[in-house]
Amino acid sequence: MTPVEPITGPRVRHPLEERPACPASQPIVEVDRLSLYYGGKPAFQDVTLSINKGCITALVGPSGCGKTSFLTCLNRLTDLIAGCRVSGRITIDALDVLAPGINVIQLRRRIGMIFQKPNPFPLTIRRNLEFPLREHGLRGREQIARIIETTLRDVGLWDEVKDRLDSPALALSGGQQQRLCIARALALLPEVLLMDEPCSALDPLSSGVVEDLIVGLRERYTVLIVTHNLAQARRIADYAALFWVQNGAGRLIETGAAKQIFEEPRDPLTAAYVSGMRG
Amino acid sequence: MAETLSRSQNPREWLAFALVWGSAALVTATFCWLLGDIVWHGLSHVSWTFLTAPPENAGRRGGIGPILVSTSLILGVCLAVSLPIGIGTAVLLAEFTSDQSLFGRMTRRSLDVLAGVPSIVFGLFGNAFFCKTLGLGFSILSGGLTLACMVLPILIRSTEEGFRAVPASYRLSAAALGLSRTTTLVHLLLPAAVPGLLVGLVLGVGRAIAETAALIFTSGYVDRMPESLLDSGRALSIHIFDLSMNVSGGDANAYASTLVLVIMLLAINGTASWLATYGLHRKVVTV
Repeated sequence: MTPVEPITGPRVRHPLEERPACPASQPIVEVDRLSLYYGGKPAFQDVTLSINKGCITALVGPSGCGKTSFLTCLNRLTDLIAGCRVSGRITIDALDVLAPGINVIQLRRRIGMIFQKPNPFPLTIRRNLEFPLREHGLRGREQIARIIETTLRDVGLWDEVKDRLDSPALALSGGQQQRLCIARALALLPEVLLMDEPCSALDPLSSGVVEDLIVGLRERYTVLIVTHNLAQARRIADYAALFWVQNGAGRLIETGAAKQIFEEPRDPLTAAYVSGMRG
Repeated sequence: MAETLSRSQNPREWLAFALVWGSAALVTATFCWLLGDIVWHGLSHVSWTFLTAPPENAGRRGGIGPILVSTSLILGVCLAVSLPIGIGTAVLLAEFTSDQSLFGRMTRRSLDVLAGVPSIVFGLFGNAFFCKTLGLGFSILSGGLTLACMVLPILIRSTEEGFRAVPASYRLSAAALGLSRTTTLVHLLLPAAVPGLLVGLVLGVGRAIAETAALIFTSGYVDRMPESLLDSGRALSIHIFDLSMNVSGGDANAYASTLVLVIMLLAINGTASWLATYGLHRKVVTV
């Protein structure tokens, strides 16, 4: 495996300001006929989808239709699951994600992931952010301190925690923990953020704060978000994709601009789902 | 109706209450009686001279200096060998072997069987393998290695449980951040698994320090001050056994030695639980 490319040089100056604005329909992730099997049983099959740069794409659909499994293919977390087989093709910025020889560690630095349940490490707030940065080759104390401040400001946590950076992260509230996890992912300057129902384990107030934060990431990051909350998808998404279980496996039913999916769905299943008649 | 029910229920409730508390009291009382007896007969003989002086007249007089040194050396050899092997095996079993794999199941089964093997069997094995086959003779090294074999199953299984108790979300989130498996292991999983390791260590060391049968055949009886690990050395438990069974008039020193052994055990237990609650909690949070 090639060594991890250190995050140095101009890239580190400010993680958030130097990104091009969201260009209309410029794909960054291309998924071609992707299928995933757990021990021979398909989780989803034949998903072909392209994700546009700098936009928020919502994956919606009932439970068990393979949305989360789909996310974990993109950063190869599927490698950790025994008996899991992925076929098809994924390219992210011309990088063939499923190629056997790619640097998975580098890939996962470029593709951040936020889980349903906030999962900060049992370390201090500062160490939660510093530890992955150091692991990816960043050493400068001041540089790290600046990235920590920047990312914490970006997630709106700085004023809440700046006086207790050395207290345990697990002492934060659920919503704060989730924002810390987002900050931890942002600190590594990812290009794509995968979010697996990031608000569903939070109370309504924290959920609103995190949702606003996600909206604020638009244009600077490409966000792929799984959500069961149709109202939320309607509020924040630029694009939407509907997954559904057909013949025992998840399928992609319809994809397109969020406005079109929610207001003029082409597929009758989508129409039934978004109107609340099914799912 | 309600009245008869409560009347018939009350004696049964009372009986259950009495049984539960009675058995708890019995266990505690037995332990207290034992401890009290040891302290009562032993405390007056324990002194600095007793702890440092060599035994005289087959242990009837004098102290236990060389025996404490031998005991510590045997324990040291045991830990130096069993800790790295134990942690390594636990990591392999918990992190790199699937639950269903034949290798994992066979290893776990063997360890569980080994943990229940009587110590005298380990003693005979140690005598045959370390003393004779490897030619280490009756020595502190043979004794320590034999104890390591005895302690390993407990240590491995409980450390493995420690690793398994770490939430899977740590591993997932670490992988999603692009942290390598080694980093995840050293910085996140190992600190989180330490409580399990400590439990295994306390159980293992408790078993090792109180061991008599396995050591009679391997580290021997010699009560001189050991000069190297290849010297024979008498462990504290063997000294107590010898004084109380083979040496008439050795009771007073047997009691005093027992008191020292019990204090050592309590100290090890106390240190481990202190480490688990305070020392490591801080470390895990601020690594």
